[in-house]
Amino acid sequence: MSDFKIAHRERDTVNVIELKGYLDAHTAPRLEEAFQNLVNGRRFNIVVNCRDLSYISSAGLGVFMAFIEDVRKNKGDIKLSNMSAKVYNVFDLLGFPLLYEIVPDEAEAVKRFTGKTK
Amino acid sequence: MKTKSLEIESRTERLIAVREFVSSAAREFGFGDEEISKIALAVDEACTNIIKHAYKYDPGKSITVTVRGRHASFEVCVSDTGRGFNPNGVPSPDMKEYLAHYRRGGLGMYLMRSLMDNVEYNIQPGMQNEVRLTKILHR
Repeated sequence: MSDFKIAHRERDTVNVIELKGYLDAHTAPRLEEAFQNLVNGRRFNIVVNCRDLSYISSAGLGVFMAFIEDVRKNKGDIKLSNMSAKVYNVFDLLGFPLLYEIVPDEAEAVKRFTGKTK
Repeated sequence: MKTKSLEIESRTERLIAVREFVSSAAREFGFGDEEISKIALAVDEACTNIIKHAYKYDPGKSITVTVRGRHASFEVCVSDTGRGFNPNGVPSPDMKEYLAHYRRGGLGMYLMRSLMDNVEYNIQPGMQNEVRLTKILHR
């Protein structure tokens, strides 16, 4: 499907997931699979770069809720970066910024895991 | 604005067509980008709930989305013929408690109520269920 893409890469031992397009009930299972693969591989330091994420519905938000507890129990975290105002508004409407760290750029999110200035 | 309808199969891949249909009608009615995004998201949530709960992912069923303008009111009516439910039996989540306990699901109705000016249900199980979402255009 061309309306949603996920890319994964590593940056300074942190796992960066890049989202592109529309995250809804149709595409959410693909993000769930990506998180599941990271958790299965015991990779718990995760940054989700939302620069090219155009849309999110509650199905997408539900995926973040599904993994955050497990990830934090393992001393990791899911941090979000580069979010457009439109997508941020949906997170904000539900109070998600209370639970998730949302920072302006990916380098800052990675730095919060590694403590490095880059 | 003329009343317009879109009928889709009960499949999540059709959500994008619903959002495009509703966004285009909302733009024609006079809404700006921010309000259009809210309306499209609310209607997506209504259709997603139907696909998941009323039709239990049966792709052979259909959903009808009808948009109409009445004075300053933009109304979107989403109807199905699936399993009904009691909307009053679904309490709005306390979001602080929800987040603190890592809860899942149940956010669709909460989002619809937060995004729209009015949300009304008319449930007739097995016959026709309808959710009517209204947004007022402040010109």
